[in-house]
Order: sequence, then C-alpha cells, then structure tokens
Amino acid sequence: METVDLRGVTCPTNFVKAKLALEDIEVGETVEFLLDDGEPVKNVPRSLKADGHKLLGLKETDGYYVLTLEKGE
Amino acid sequence: MANPKIDLKNLKAGGFIKERGKDLFTVRLRVPGGRLAVDRLAKIAEVAQKYGKGYVHLSVRQSIELININFADFDQVVAELGEEQQKVASCGARVRVPTACGGCEYNPNGLVDTQASALEVDAKLFGTATGHHKFKVCFAGCPFDCPKSAINDVGFQGAIWPTLDADACISCGLCAKSCTEGALAMGEDGKPVFSAENCIYCGDCVKVCPTSAWQVAKRGYSVRIGGKWGRRPLIGTLYATFLPEEKAVDFIATVLAWYQEKAEGAGRVRLGDIIHKEGTASLLERLRVDFPEYILASTIPPQIVDTQLPLKG
Repeated sequence: METVDLRGVTCPTNFVKAKLALEDIEVGETVEFLLDDGEPVKNVPRSLKADGHKLLGLKETDGYYVLTLEKGE
Repeated sequence: MANPKIDLKNLKAGGFIKERGKDLFTVRLRVPGGRLAVDRLAKIAEVAQKYGKGYVHLSVRQSIELININFADFDQVVAELGEEQQKVASCGARVRVPTACGGCEYNPNGLVDTQASALEVDAKLFGTATGHHKFKVCFAGCPFDCPKSAINDVGFQGAIWPTLDADACISCGLCAKSCTEGALAMGEDGKPVFSAENCIYCGDCVKVCPTSAWQVAKRGYSVRIGGKWGRRPLIGTLYATFLPEEKAVDFIATVLAWYQEKAEGAGRVRLGDIIHKEGTASLLERLRVDFPEYILASTIPPQIVDTQLPLKG
C-alpha cells in the first residue's frame, strides 16, 4: 500500500496533494496519508470523504495521524 | 430642473437618504442575505454609472448603495433597476432587509439554509412599519456567527444536536479533540462520551467525524432577541432553541407584534430597551403561545455593553 506523507504541508495544499495522489491509483485500492495534528487532520479526512472516498481508519501515532482510505468512484 | 415629476409611491418604504449636496440622495438597494445574481450586479453598475458619480458603497448590512443620485432621477433609477428585479431597500422605523451568511449550500460550516431564511423574511416582512424604531433581523449559519446575530433585534444562529452511531465510530478521537466546549471526551471503551450540558450546538463533532458516526438528531435556530449596536449597545439574549427554519417568519412576527404593543407611546425606542422596561417574562409568555416546545423557561434581559462614554471623573 502506498503511503503519502503530507506532514508539514498546510491546508488546502495537503488536500489538493491528496487528490492528485488519488488520481494515480485505481478505484478500490487503498492508500495511506500521514497528516499533521490540528487543522490538517480535522479538514483533510472529511474533505476526502465528501469527495466520495471510503475512510477505513484514522489513528494517532507519535504526534501525527495515519489516515487509511479506499479510493471511491 | 423646475418641478421635476416624482412618483412619491417610490419613497414610501424609505431607502432614499438625503446626502450633503443639494438635490442629492443615496439610494439603498435591497439585497437580502447579501447574495445577488451577476446580471443584477451588472444592472446596478450600469445605473450607478449613468446616474451616480461612478462608485457605489457597500453598506455594513450587505446592501449596495448608489451614491450622488439626483432626486429628479428617482423614477428612472427605480424603473431601470426594476429591469433586473432590483428593488430599493428601506430606512426609518421599519423591518429592515435581513442579513445572512453564505449558508449551508457551499460553506462547509453552515448548519442551516440562512439564505432561504433571509429571502423568506424579506419577502414576507420587509418594510413593515414598527411604529417605533428600526427592526433588524439576521441569520447566522453556525455559532461562528459571522453576521453577529446577538446585535440584531431578532438574531438567528444555526444549531444542531448531535447523536452517535457507535457502530460506525472508528475511535479516532477527532471529535473529542475538536470539541472546544468540553462536551466530548473519549471513554475507556474507545468511544466518545457526550456531556450534553456543555454543548453549544456547533456541530463540530458532526463536521469532523470521518465516518459520519456523528449524525444530526435535531436542526434549527438558537434565537436571540433585543440586541442592537449604536450609542448604547445591547447584546440580545436567548429565547428559543432549535426553532425550525420554517417557523422563523412567524416567530419574528410574534416578537414584532409584542414590540408594537408594548412600545406604544414610548417614542423612538428599540426592542431591547422595551424588554428592559417590560421584563423578559412578558415576551417569553407571548412566544410560548405559538412556539411552546422551543421557548426557554427563563432568560436574562439584553446585556448592556459599557461604552465607557461619557468618561467618568
């Protein structure tokens, strides 16, 4: 599974980068995004959900978050 | 320009405001909720160019004001604006054009459709003579309250009551982290624990939840009454919670009727000052007749803001 590190990237650039990364994988594949605590983790998961992707998990690890997501249509 | 013919009907609801210069007026336009079609905007620009001095003013209550309009041109200005259904606003002791934030259609923070509410109130209550003083209404979509609902005579603030679908919860903890009011904490079972007494109905938990485990159980407006700004500011206080959006017009009409009655003979006095004089119980009781399930058991009078003037000592 691919991991996209979006730590240190601010809103909304992190969301746009996540969208670009999702363009490169197939529908149904899963991908991991690393997100900073604070605004990034509050905004990016819900924006990706609103875009139609399926959120499989969100776990805090050493001060950042790992978002696991399955690409939707 | 001797004896220009003016249709005085145009002046009835106000909106034509005398300027410093001889014969010149500001024409305040009616833009409920601050949203207008681009075609209307283009027409306003055309009229401003033709009859004004080449600029407009954006009022603090979301209207566009045409500047430097000669009163002899009123009829043409009204007629040409009317080609794009643009109407003139009001001034004086009337229900003013309601203001509103962008609302829920495109703003992710919006909890309710404030634009629809503003249009409905504008259509049904705009221009109603109060008999006493101005009467301002505003709609805020969420507790960020960009439109500043508490400094309106009747101010609405979007609200939601959350409920948790524990099976959909993935225990990420974002809701507890996002709740700035101390209404959510993670329990030992890894699920959030809701402390209802701390909730201000902001919906941040619903908005942040990545799996939609937090859902909207109830939606409506928190309603504050008696606010104003100006020389002697008052902060409006809470009378109703979760008032359904479709009841906003009737609610305002009830407050307005109470104001018209209680301010009789008081002169040019705003609603908040009348509440100070009459007490909150009388207004609560009146509202309880038609809106029993939404009205608080008690409230506090509009809160006085100390402007520090005149300087003491």
